[in-house]
Amino acid sequence: MPRIGLNKQVFLFLFPALILILIFVIYPILHTFYLSLVDLEGHFVGFKNYVKTVMRSEVLDIKRLKHFPKKSPPYGALIHNILWIVIHLPLTTFLGLFLAALLRGNIKGASIIKTIIFIGMIIPMVVSGIIIHFTFEKDTGVVNLFLSMLGVKPRSWLAYPETALYVLILSSVWLWTGFSMIVYSAGLEAIPKELYEAAEIDGASTFQKFRYITLPLLKPVTITVVTMTILWELKIFDYVYAATLGGPGGATNVLALQIYFDYFVTVPARPDLACSLAMILTFITLGIALWSLRSLRR
Amino acid sequence: MFSSRARRIAVRVIIHIVAWTIALLWLTPVMGVIMASFRPMSEIIAGWWNLHKVTITLENFKEAWIAMRRGLLNSFIVALPSTIIPLICGALAAYAFSRFSFLLRDLLFLLIVSLMAIPPQTIGIPLFILMNKLRLVDNLLGLALFHSANGLSWVILFLRNYLETLPRDLEDAARVDGASDIYIFFHIVLPLLKPALYSIMVLQFTWVWNDFFFALILIYSPHKLLATQRLVWFKGEYHVPWGTLCAGSILLMAIPIILYAVFQKYFIKGIVGGTIRG
Repeated sequence: MPRIGLNKQVFLFLFPALILILIFVIYPILHTFYLSLVDLEGHFVGFKNYVKTVMRSEVLDIKRLKHFPKKSPPYGALIHNILWIVIHLPLTTFLGLFLAALLRGNIKGASIIKTIIFIGMIIPMVVSGIIIHFTFEKDTGVVNLFLSMLGVKPRSWLAYPETALYVLILSSVWLWTGFSMIVYSAGLEAIPKELYEAAEIDGASTFQKFRYITLPLLKPVTITVVTMTILWELKIFDYVYAATLGGPGGATNVLALQIYFDYFVTVPARPDLACSLAMILTFITLGIALWSLRSLRR
Repeated sequence: MFSSRARRIAVRVIIHIVAWTIALLWLTPVMGVIMASFRPMSEIIAGWWNLHKVTITLENFKEAWIAMRRGLLNSFIVALPSTIIPLICGALAAYAFSRFSFLLRDLLFLLIVSLMAIPPQTIGIPLFILMNKLRLVDNLLGLALFHSANGLSWVILFLRNYLETLPRDLEDAARVDGASDIYIFFHIVLPLLKPALYSIMVLQFTWVWNDFFFALILIYSPHKLLATQRLVWFKGEYHVPWGTLCAGSILLMAIPIILYAVFQKYFIKGIVGGTIRG
């Protein structure tokens, strides 16, 4: 039974949190929105900056993109983020579900395996970037040991635009699979055992049980995993910064990094380009988050 | 034909092999970093998996420690208040969202939760301008204040969901006895929230400890740099000192890994509970 609290009391409970959020989070967001609508002299220009910020080769390199995949990256940060989603999302989602299902059977040391897979979620993303750089470097990288067995010459995989982006994307599976595995594990555990027992009595096969019980009941979990994963892919920053700083020649540049460069590195700073790009990214992430909240409520 | 028993054993063996192969594959990069951190540069260049000649040395750790100890201390100075402040403020707010009904409550809650989706860079640019005005740029306390605010939306979501699962009988009984809301919050609700508060403590501490972006834009004096900044800084442009870098990586990730090892249950409950609605 929710109580109708006195306004004074409600205020007392909410005040410390709201004031902090208002000053340090909401006000900056609104300020970014404002800066995205004005030019460098402060004149209102509508959404002109939005077009300008997307239509440059750092963000969208249409000339190179026309020759995809014959021409190597850079295709522009926006395309790199999209590639990140296209490649990384299905891989981590399926692998996470696969591992969650696999480790539910009584496997010796299942909890140790889970912990190992989960390491990528615990350690700082800058460390992950450094570890991946180390692992794919010519002399120090163990990847070259494996590849030399297949007859591939050792090289620094992150130093070439043809491979750098794809190496970073594929390696980020190593980082994030722990998330989908853990969330799917919890989701699988929440399915009542009676459902499977009843299906067995009706003579259902393992595949049928998976197809008609597990999958439908995991739908809300899948929506959560997919949403959180896409947001992660769109916001990726530390990992790329530490591994390649967007290089070589912008081949691993991503939106978050481009926004940072536009305002904090480029001289003179370009708040118009940075803020409009940040707002575009915000509209996308916010849209995805609200869509997922709505589909979960249903 | 195989008997069904033989087939079952075969399946079990295959499942074990698959699971453990994936686990070992996952562990390999971390193994490499650990191996490299204890060996001199000449042996790292020859490949850490090369075991013909193994020299164990603590030189890398010595160097990394000297370069990073101040950064590690600074990270603690930031992460501690950044954990405690949102814990208290968030618990109060979550209680209001769960137990009171007031004008625009659900809309306000949705607004706060949706802040979790905002990219850090959208907040980062004007945050620098704002902190400059407040004279909080290059100030560890200023960074902690921001992290507190930034962590609140997640803390409020997680605690409100947790509160929704708790029975209210005790609170109602206390209210009948004439206890005030503040009294009920501190003496009845807060103790019941303990497991959820542990989850928040370990996760929020880890996230702030691991943060790089906000430190990067707000802190620049050499003696104030955080551990993550220090680590990235000595990566260098052309000559990467892999031994020191690996040792430094271990120093930096040791804290979250220890937290995870000790509080694993709360860690995972926090990750799952913050995403799946209770």
